[in-house]
Amino acid sequence: MIVAEQKEISEIINMVGDHNNILVVGCDTCVTVCLAGGAKEAAILSSALRLAYRVKGKEITVEATTIERQCEIEFVDALEPILKRKDLVISMGCGIGVQTIAERFPQLLVVPALNTKFLGLPEKQGVWVERCQACGQCVLDKTGGICPISRCSKSLLNGPCGGSQNGKCEISKDTDCGWHLIYERLKTLGRLESLEEIMPVKNWSTSRDGGPRKVIREDMCL
Amino acid sequence: MSFQQRLEKKEFTITAEIGPPKGTDVSEMLKNAQRLKGRVHAVNVTDNQSAVMRLSSLASCHMLVEMGIEPIFQITCRDRNRLALQSDLLSAHALGIRNVLTLTGDHTQVGDHPQAKPVFDVDSTHLLQIIQKLNEGRDLSTQFMNKKLSDGTVLKGKTQLFPGAVVCPEANPLKPQLLRFSKKVTAGAKFFQTQAVYDYEKFKEFMKKARELNTKVLAGILLLRSPGMAKYLNKNVPGITVPDVLIKEMESSSQPLKAGVKIAARQIKQMQEICDGVHIMAIGLEDKVLDILDEAGM
Repeated sequence: MIVAEQKEISEIINMVGDHNNILVVGCDTCVTVCLAGGAKEAAILSSALRLAYRVKGKEITVEATTIERQCEIEFVDALEPILKRKDLVISMGCGIGVQTIAERFPQLLVVPALNTKFLGLPEKQGVWVERCQACGQCVLDKTGGICPISRCSKSLLNGPCGGSQNGKCEISKDTDCGWHLIYERLKTLGRLESLEEIMPVKNWSTSRDGGPRKVIREDMCL
Repeated sequence: MSFQQRLEKKEFTITAEIGPPKGTDVSEMLKNAQRLKGRVHAVNVTDNQSAVMRLSSLASCHMLVEMGIEPIFQITCRDRNRLALQSDLLSAHALGIRNVLTLTGDHTQVGDHPQAKPVFDVDSTHLLQIIQKLNEGRDLSTQFMNKKLSDGTVLKGKTQLFPGAVVCPEANPLKPQLLRFSKKVTAGAKFFQTQAVYDYEKFKEFMKKARELNTKVLAGILLLRSPGMAKYLNKNVPGITVPDVLIKEMESSSQPLKAGVKIAARQIKQMQEICDGVHIMAIGLEDKVLDILDEAGM
């Protein structure tokens, strides 16, 4: 899932500025699961904003709503009736959610309440970790199901660098060395010989480095 | 005799290293280089070492060539994509540089520009393959020609670079490092300069493996300045383990730096029996390299 984190309230207040009829939109999918931008967080943010302005001696209208998925136009359509007279939309979706609303309602100012962090999973209660960089060319078959692109700090393809020590990465003792994990997994699977072959130079053009990406399924196009 | 020729003729080879300045004043670096002239067979120049921005290794290597000192151009994958790597390698050749030490490079997170975007387009194994290709007169370009991916473009003048790499013989655990070590040999590494080694017996074991792979190894000798430095290395630097007996030797000396010089000299003498040379690192105390060599009788 997409993992996100709420911005500092001071930063959000700066975005609100002089606007006074605001809609906070939560999203029921990934950001609900990672406790960053679901219905509960949308309600809390709305109260916090009202309170912050009341303290400054100004009453603003802040309404909260949550839709099932901010990343699909048909769900975003549902916002239309409640957007009347709103002068600002604060999206609590991921970066995709913010942009989907902005694309659907181009006359409206839409701002983000979250920082979208990564594609990952909840490791334990309150902790989320990155697992995929969407590089566009999956190599998990060669690395025992552990991704060298996202788990190695340097996205190396041919084993651990000299900074790997006792299974940890040089950037922090709290970060596992991705290649150490890959080595141990392949050892368990009895497939260490697959590491002897040099993995070729990567084609990064399938990643973000090739420019904004698009998937076209002609068989599915109308 | 060049660095490459010495290694090929199985002559014990000594290298040291200098670090370019943070700034444009190269006088100290050149003074250090001048001191080493005639005493070591080649001088490594570090490349934004520890991910700290400095004057370039390429420019510094060229200055060494002009001084009649044979450089070893250290080049990392952290700050350059494949275009920049190849371009710098062509430039190195054109500037009279022949020896190249390929490194992955420390992560930007551990350096002085932690907000920078690191590159790591290719890894150090790939970089060795790239050098092999440039030496054969082709680059890494992949253009669609006649509906097929081209295997590089023919260069107008090929490189004659002598590629080397690094290895960490005291890494813990060692096996994943050894896998990478043999990949680097396959990818064309003709010599290795190792991370600092202090455990002679462990290094002997490592050399058995290196001999099987038929490559040249220069053991890393890192000058210990004080017991405190040794303890710091043990705690903070991956792949370096200073044994307690050496720390005690320094603690019991009234002049720890002198004890460190003695230890380094002793290590060099030991290494003569089992590997092809030594790479002396005296970070910040380059003048001590000469004391070490005097003490070792080299």
